[in-house]
Amino acid sequence: MAAAALREQLNALLSSMYASGLVDDQFQQLQMLQDDGGTPGFVAEVVTLFCDDADRIISELAALLEQPVVDFDKVDAYVHQLKGSSASVGAQKVKFTCMQFRELCQHKNRDGCIMALTLVRNEFYDLRNKFQTMLQVVPYVLKGPFDFQVFTGIVKMEHMLLKLKRIACPCFLLKFV
Amino acid sequence: MASIVGGAVVAAAAGGGGVGVGATPHVLAVDDSSVDRAIIAAILRSSRFRVTAVDSGKRALELLGKEPDVSMIITDYWMPEMTGYELLQKVKESSNLKQIPVVIMSSENVQTRISRCLEEGAEDFLVKPVRASDVSRVFSRVLR
Repeated sequence: MAAAALREQLNALLSSMYASGLVDDQFQQLQMLQDDGGTPGFVAEVVTLFCDDADRIISELAALLEQPVVDFDKVDAYVHQLKGSSASVGAQKVKFTCMQFRELCQHKNRDGCIMALTLVRNEFYDLRNKFQTMLQVVPYVLKGPFDFQVFTGIVKMEHMLLKLKRIACPCFLLKFV
Repeated sequence: MASIVGGAVVAAAAGGGGVGVGATPHVLAVDDSSVDRAIIAAILRSSRFRVTAVDSGKRALELLGKEPDVSMIITDYWMPEMTGYELLQKVKESSNLKQIPVVIMSSENVQTRISRCLEEGAEDFLVKPVRASDVSRVFSRVLR
C-alpha cells in the first residue's frame, strides 16, 4: 500500500514536471531507453551527470561574469554546453533560458548576462529539487508494478487537454489510474 | 555491462548479433559531454552494438590506433581541441582508417556545417538530441 501511495506521488510529480514545461519529450525518451531493455538506473545516472555538469558550468559562468573584463566567448561556450546537455535530458526550461542567455552573450550585454545566469540558476535548482525527489521515490516505487506506458499515455492526454482547455494544473486524470 | 578502460567507457551489447549478421559491430562514440556520452552509449547498446565512448578526438585516434575492429564512429561536432570535423578529416586522411564510416552529431542545425561534413566524407549528420530511431535508421543503412 505504501508503494502504491509513493507511486501516485511519483506520477503526480512527473505529471507536474511535464505540465509546467520543466521537462519535455526528451526526458520521456530517456525513460523509454531504460525500460526497453536498458540498464536499470540509467535515468538516475544521466540525471546525476546532468546536475553535476550544470552545477560546474553555473559556477564557471558566475566566476567569468565577475571579472572586470568579461570574456563573452568563454561565457557563450559554457552556455552552449549547458544548453546542449539540457536539451539532451529534456530539461526544457533550463534549455530555453540558456537560449536567451546566448543572445545576451552575443550582444556582449554584461548586466543582461548576469540576470540570465540568475534565471538559469533558478530554473536549474527547481529542476534539480524535482529530480532529487524523483530519485528518492523511484527505488521504492519500483518494488511494486509501475506501468510507464500507462503513465506516459496519461501525460500525453493531459498535455493535449492543457492546450485545448488551458488548465493550469490538470492532474485530474491521475485519479482514474 | 560496462567497464572503464583508460578513460573510455566500454559497454558490451546486451545480446549477440547486431544490425548485420555475424560479429557485433563495434561503435566508437566521441563526445566531450558526459551526459551525451551516456545517452549515445545507451542508444547504441539498445541497438545491440558494442560501444566504446571517449571524451575527445585525441582519445578517439589513440583508440583507433590500438583497436582494429571499429565498425563505425559517431562523433559530436563541437569539441574543444579537436572538433568532430577535424577528427573526420584525420580519419579520412588515414589509409588504415578511411574506410570506417563516420557520423557527425551536433546540437546546431547549420546547413553549411552539414554540407562541409558530408563533403568531407561523413555518412550522415544527426541533430541533437539524437534519438534511437535516428541511430537505427542511419546505422542500418551504413552497416548493411
